[in-house]
Amino acid sequence: MAHGPRIVDLDRLVIRPGSGWARLPLVAGGVGALFTVVSIVLARSSPEDAKQFFHSWLVAVVFFLCIGLGSLFFVLIHHATKAGWGVVVRRLAENLACAVPLMAVLFVPVVALGMYDLFHWTHADAVADDRLLQVKEPWLNETGFWLRTAIYFAVWSGLALYYRSASRRQDESGDEALSRRMARFSPVGVFLFAVTLSFAGFDWLMSLEPHWYSTMFGVYFFAGTVISAFAALTVLTLSLDFTGHFRGVITGEHLHDLGKLLFAFTVFWAYIAFSQFFLIWYANIPEETNWFLSRLHGTDLNPADWRPATMLLAIGHFAVPFFFLMPRTIKRNRVLLLIGALWMLAMHLWDVFWLVMPNLHREMTFSLLDLTSLLGVGGLFIAMVSWLMGRGALLPTRDPRLVESLAFENI
Amino acid sequence: MGLMQLDVPEASGGYRHYGVLARFRTAKELYRACEAVRDAGYSKWDALTPFPVHGLEKAMGLKPSKLPFVVLATGLGGAGLGFGLQSWVHIMAYPLVISGKPLFTWPAFVPVTFELGVLGAALGAVLGMFAFNKLPTYHHPLFRSPNFARVTDDGLFIAIEAWDPKYDDEDTAEFLSGLGAAEVEHVPIEDPADDGDGGGGA
Repeated sequence: MAHGPRIVDLDRLVIRPGSGWARLPLVAGGVGALFTVVSIVLARSSPEDAKQFFHSWLVAVVFFLCIGLGSLFFVLIHHATKAGWGVVVRRLAENLACAVPLMAVLFVPVVALGMYDLFHWTHADAVADDRLLQVKEPWLNETGFWLRTAIYFAVWSGLALYYRSASRRQDESGDEALSRRMARFSPVGVFLFAVTLSFAGFDWLMSLEPHWYSTMFGVYFFAGTVISAFAALTVLTLSLDFTGHFRGVITGEHLHDLGKLLFAFTVFWAYIAFSQFFLIWYANIPEETNWFLSRLHGTDLNPADWRPATMLLAIGHFAVPFFFLMPRTIKRNRVLLLIGALWMLAMHLWDVFWLVMPNLHREMTFSLLDLTSLLGVGGLFIAMVSWLMGRGALLPTRDPRLVESLAFENI
Repeated sequence: MGLMQLDVPEASGGYRHYGVLARFRTAKELYRACEAVRDAGYSKWDALTPFPVHGLEKAMGLKPSKLPFVVLATGLGGAGLGFGLQSWVHIMAYPLVISGKPLFTWPAFVPVTFELGVLGAALGAVLGMFAFNKLPTYHHPLFRSPNFARVTDDGLFIAIEAWDPKYDDEDTAEFLSGLGAAEVEHVPIEDPADDGDGGGGA
């Protein structure tokens, strides 16, 4: 066939004005803006609160950024492998990925203001007394940090916007050459993505504790990123199914595959997380073990109490979903899969919290600012994604592999 | 596709035929025919195709495989064995302090536990598949039909076995013809050439 025929009922696959989905950008945007203002007001009451705000905000932005980045990875790998099954959910991933530029806007000003409170290596007096930080200065300096941050966001935003716009142009023209062009560029995109994501993990999360390093940290950050994206994609797909938009389009076969990916990356995350812990625990080198000690019980001189948080991560992020997501019947059941996906989203949030917060508190501490930052960033994220969903169809209507995707069967 | 079940009853002497074999031209015809055979209430029968036909297990009314439970059990068994063996060695059989760590250092046991869990699951999957499929089966009565060689090329078959409670030599053959089969034949239960040899499927 020269051009992909229109084979799906387009009237159902768009968000109609006046529906709940169409009102969502305004509602979520309002909630997000309100809680962003509340967070800023709370942050201004004391220097301690400002410090808390910067950390809470970093957790919230990284959490939602991960969803966008993992979705971008899904789109890239989908084109690189010329996958057929997932065409029906690819537009949703494209929309989620296009929330990355918004995250740049939310990340840059707050982190710029909070540099001193977040990153110990920005303290000139500390660096002057610290041989290790002096050695790391060629990488850990503010100019380099912001230069790299600019490159990360430019690469991600460029990729996300290109893949969404090319896919939407195909909706208009049905041009198959667009599919070939997207596929041909995707390996380059995957390479750029892998490098930028790893270094973003090093710069933004690993350097919170500048003495510590783990060469595996980039992969760890990637594992969580992909899990949160598959979980968010599943939640979004099922939500559209519950509101009737995807009825007859999304079948148990597609859900089964989303569930399998969610399950597989839960195992991948655990494999990477344990490997990172295992090598550091076994070698027992002080500057490496310090990071894990501050997430467990601390040292005799410097006690900490994050042990329950670490246990929750091991059990909730791996043991429970490993057995919950294992049976085929659960992956094919809409309600149970939704529960699994929401659970993994919550666990990924806990993972980011666990990565960032021990930098600020010796004891496991929760703050009102954690909640308001999450609602602020989350509201704006949902507003952005639902606004993008309202522009154009909910799936690539004239993708040459759409027929294959609609008829997809496992086995 | 499907299981090559060789449930020839002990008293197979009472049967002249292994059963009825019908060939269908297209996967669509086979799919419809399977639904009809299922709905007619046959239980001892199988569909045989050169390639997977999606959804045929639903048309045939097959129950989900029990293999996943075998894989889970052997996987957990392998993991438990790996963990147990290391614990026993390090605590009881050969206690040795390594880099100042306690004897029961469970994190060090995880890699072997994981690998043996994977090994157990993989062996359970392969051997369980063989067991459920009754493999290896060196001979099958259906091989006596020269027509049946097409199952590795373009032939899509339904075979209904003679010991199915609903089976009748004439009626079952007619029923399959009525479903649009290209050819319907009775497959002999014993090879006419080596009579009394005792070999073959019996």
